[in-house]
Amino acid sequence: MSLDRVKPIYDVVVIGSGPGGLGAAIAAKKNGADDVLIIERDNELGGILVQCIHNGFGVEIFKEDLPGPLYAHRFIQEANSLGVEVLSDTMVLDITPLRKITAVGKRAGFVELEARAIVLAMGCRERTRAQIRIPGTRPAGIYTAGTAQRFVNVEGYMPGNRFVILGSGDIGMIMARRLTLEGAKVERVLEIMPFLTGLTRNYVQCLLDYNIPLELRHTVSRILGNYRVEAVEAVEVDENWNPIPGTEEIIPCDTLLLSVGLIPENELSRKAGVILDPNTGGPVVDESMQTSVSGIFAAGNVVHVYDLVDWVTEAGFIAGKSAAKYAVEMKKGISRQVKLVAGANVRYIVPQYLDSESLAESDQRIQLRVVRPIEEKVWVEVTDGEHLITRKLERYVRPGEIVTIKIPKKAYDEVQKADKLVVRVTRS
Amino acid sequence: MKKYDVIIIGAGIIGCMIARFLSRYKLDILLIEKEADVCMGATAANTAIIHAGYDPVPGSLKAEMNVKGNKMWDTLAGELNIPFERRGDYVVAIGEEELPKLEELMKQGIQNGVPGLVLLSGDEVRRREPNINPKVSGALWASTGGIADPFAAAVAAAENAVMNGVTIMFETVFQDFIMDGNKIVGIKTNRGDFASRWVINAAGLYSDEVMHKAGVRPEFRITPRKGEYYVFDRAEITINNVLFPVPTPVTKGILVTTTIHGNTIIGPNAKDIQDKEDRSVTREGLEEVWNGALKLVPKLELKHVIAVFAGLRAGGNAPSPNPNIKYNHDYVIEIPSDVKGFVNLGGIESPGLVSSPAIATRVIELLKDAGEKLEEKKDWDPIRPARPRFRDLSKEEQRILVQNDPRYGRIVCRCESVTEGEIVAEIHAPVPAKTYDAIKRRTWLGTGRCQGGFDTPRVVEILARELGVPPTQITKKGPGSEFLKRRTKDVA
Amino acid sequence: MSEMETKIICITCPVGCSLVVTHEDQKVIKVEGNQCRKGIEYAQNELRDPRRMVTTTVKVKGGLHPLVPVYTSAPIPKPLIFELIKKLRGVELEAPVKVGQAILKDFLGTGVDVLAARDLPQVGQKTSETGSG
Repeated sequence: MSLDRVKPIYDVVVIGSGPGGLGAAIAAKKNGADDVLIIERDNELGGILVQCIHNGFGVEIFKEDLPGPLYAHRFIQEANSLGVEVLSDTMVLDITPLRKITAVGKRAGFVELEARAIVLAMGCRERTRAQIRIPGTRPAGIYTAGTAQRFVNVEGYMPGNRFVILGSGDIGMIMARRLTLEGAKVERVLEIMPFLTGLTRNYVQCLLDYNIPLELRHTVSRILGNYRVEAVEAVEVDENWNPIPGTEEIIPCDTLLLSVGLIPENELSRKAGVILDPNTGGPVVDESMQTSVSGIFAAGNVVHVYDLVDWVTEAGFIAGKSAAKYAVEMKKGISRQVKLVAGANVRYIVPQYLDSESLAESDQRIQLRVVRPIEEKVWVEVTDGEHLITRKLERYVRPGEIVTIKIPKKAYDEVQKADKLVVRVTRS
Repeated sequence: MKKYDVIIIGAGIIGCMIARFLSRYKLDILLIEKEADVCMGATAANTAIIHAGYDPVPGSLKAEMNVKGNKMWDTLAGELNIPFERRGDYVVAIGEEELPKLEELMKQGIQNGVPGLVLLSGDEVRRREPNINPKVSGALWASTGGIADPFAAAVAAAENAVMNGVTIMFETVFQDFIMDGNKIVGIKTNRGDFASRWVINAAGLYSDEVMHKAGVRPEFRITPRKGEYYVFDRAEITINNVLFPVPTPVTKGILVTTTIHGNTIIGPNAKDIQDKEDRSVTREGLEEVWNGALKLVPKLELKHVIAVFAGLRAGGNAPSPNPNIKYNHDYVIEIPSDVKGFVNLGGIESPGLVSSPAIATRVIELLKDAGEKLEEKKDWDPIRPARPRFRDLSKEEQRILVQNDPRYGRIVCRCESVTEGEIVAEIHAPVPAKTYDAIKRRTWLGTGRCQGGFDTPRVVEILARELGVPPTQITKKGPGSEFLKRRTKDVA
Repeated sequence: MSEMETKIICITCPVGCSLVVTHEDQKVIKVEGNQCRKGIEYAQNELRDPRRMVTTTVKVKGGLHPLVPVYTSAPIPKPLIFELIKKLRGVELEAPVKVGQAILKDFLGTGVDVLAARDLPQVGQKTSETGSG
């Protein structure tokens, strides 16, 4: 897109073109927004899906098992056919609370524009070595799983021959399989928690299928090698995650991959004055995915880290629809909101607020993560602090997997009266 | 054999600064460095402070160099465009029992000739630094203290030296001297022999081994003293200034300070070790630093840490040249009487950064005293122009920069807003950045929250393109630290 | 041949049900722990003829990237995975590549094709995938 074609004002500007951003742009167009623009920092659309070449996408939305790029392709096609405009190879530098956007790109140059509504869809970034403070040297050969994935799948280079992977998150396990298929040796996957942090199916089809050993309650206690990784020291940990002396083992390898968690990327949200939730690391949102700054919405991993891409797309649909509605009506103010409170065994809930009027229209889906795994039947319950409003039986709950529960339309009256909604997860 | 007037061994802050100051004269100068870039040794990891000069033992060479060097920094930073701010620093007393130490330090500072020292009350310190430990009982305020970027300083000095005719050779390892009787006439390296009328030992951690090859000071030993640090997210500023605890006889203690780039950093501890290349971070060391820093600023939070690292100080055991004082960790800056053609430096530990211009000046004085006729070049240019830093520019300046060169419009490091234009400029600078770390130190790319996760593939690609080599040859910090092993489909 | 219980994890969808399969050799008698019918089918296949979807990349000349992601049109027998990977390693396409383009047809008589998972334009060429940018 040439510079002269960038309009000075758009109904909806979506920042990021991963699954959340694509979903938001499509929904915005479908719900009455005339001018919708995606700003993408990479030179192509799709966000992280570009490098997620494995399958497992689309099971909820398409009832098909698609590879990441194909899943992205479908939404890219749809966005294009709906006339969503795209500014790729362009990085947003600043967003003001009044929705003025400054961006810069090699081809686009220096761009300033306004939006009636904005959807933040910047996704997340990976936790690094420093954030978990692994002692040792600082050689080449330490990568986050996502950086290695980019090299192997997109750039076409192998970052190592012998790997140790720290963390049993999904990207880590998927990379273990990927590297093995491309002729590398994965010596070990280490997980500090007493349970798997990614999906069980990935344990089966990525580790078990290829005889890659997984060790729970283990971490990397030291990195060795001055110029390139030569080995890592693995160690067993106690229940407080402290290394147990005497359990150290030196594992020779040339690369350490880190799959130790994702953090919502909210530098721009902060600049826009959006309030962040310390538990999720993402913006505080209501059921329409509106942030604390009116007219600024958020969708996907920028809000909280999801386990399934399909849910990210759905969050994008909601945010895009809401943004379109906002842009069209230039709606002001916020209606009566009820706070959702994390009760027993609940780490966090998204959205954090619910507009009780939204129940007049439809059921409202909320999502949460638990603190501890419970491998038996559990009740997921929504109460007003005293009385049960709705509940759902789950066969098990795990911190790595998001739990979804619907607050039904018929709960409208109860929610109207409540000053908070407490969500708890307990054994049945 | 190529013949030089002066060969300098080691391109740390001292070697680079000597090269820059000597480049003023009509001399053919070679600066050699065993690593792939400047400042890979002691200069690579330190607290980045321009000390006021109240710490060193009065009468020592260290005290003299510190105070003289401090006065030179305004001009130096201006000429070389080094990020430098004279913010002042505090030595903080926690509890009444530490107060007497402040008065002692103040007396020592006055003796060393440090201007602008003031004792502040606990209330005044709390007012200035709200996050400080509320038990603070007072502080010594030194208005001439400052902070600077040590990499930028070494790079700028080296570049200015190159602009003025100095040759730099990287990955060039000193092996031995070539002697003619008791006179040094050249050096042997892994890249061949080079003749020279003078050789300057600026080998830092290895300065003892270099001087021993010349038969000088066989009793001198460098003991690497490790210091570990934490770096905090820039968005989570906890402190505005340099906070020292009251010092112990061994160390100035664990500081809480801010870098010129705006990150709060804490450290260092001080542990004597044997291995001169052991920059590993240890669990115990990190714990020690954390607890030490909490004493000054109890509000620090681990979740805001974005990096940890360790550096080595090149601590020596030389007695002070001043016969009136008893001090055994002084700087060595000398032309030994028994070996000709040799300028010997050693034990240049903290405060080496602040002292570096004074040390370079002292080396020139020594050469003059030895009868060297140093003739000034008419066209010597003391100015090292700064290159644009996208993130430091106003919107209007950014717009013009991108208009003139679209490569400044492509942001490669999103946390620190570093552009392709800046990276390319560093690769083709007078002292070219040819490794990832070299680019990182010059542009501050990869130092933010994601620690290079996003930029690494892009920097590797740009380096490969600009240097005209395959990506598999791109390194983090020189040969042996290649990022990539092979193409994905090239399976053996 | 006596009845046996084997524990397997269903990987048909992200729920990942833990199945307890009672079987006599390869003949499934009972499946427990499944949340849907796919679990039964999975258990039967896993005992008799375990299959997996395979995704990987193949080389492309002159493309936006040097590789294009590809996938199998249906799961293939597990023992054939490395053979497929090896075969695909030798393939080099010319850009542009279209989504759904067949890279390999009827792999080893399994009836399974290998298809491109995205459009990959030539260097400098613009398609929907790269945006109108």
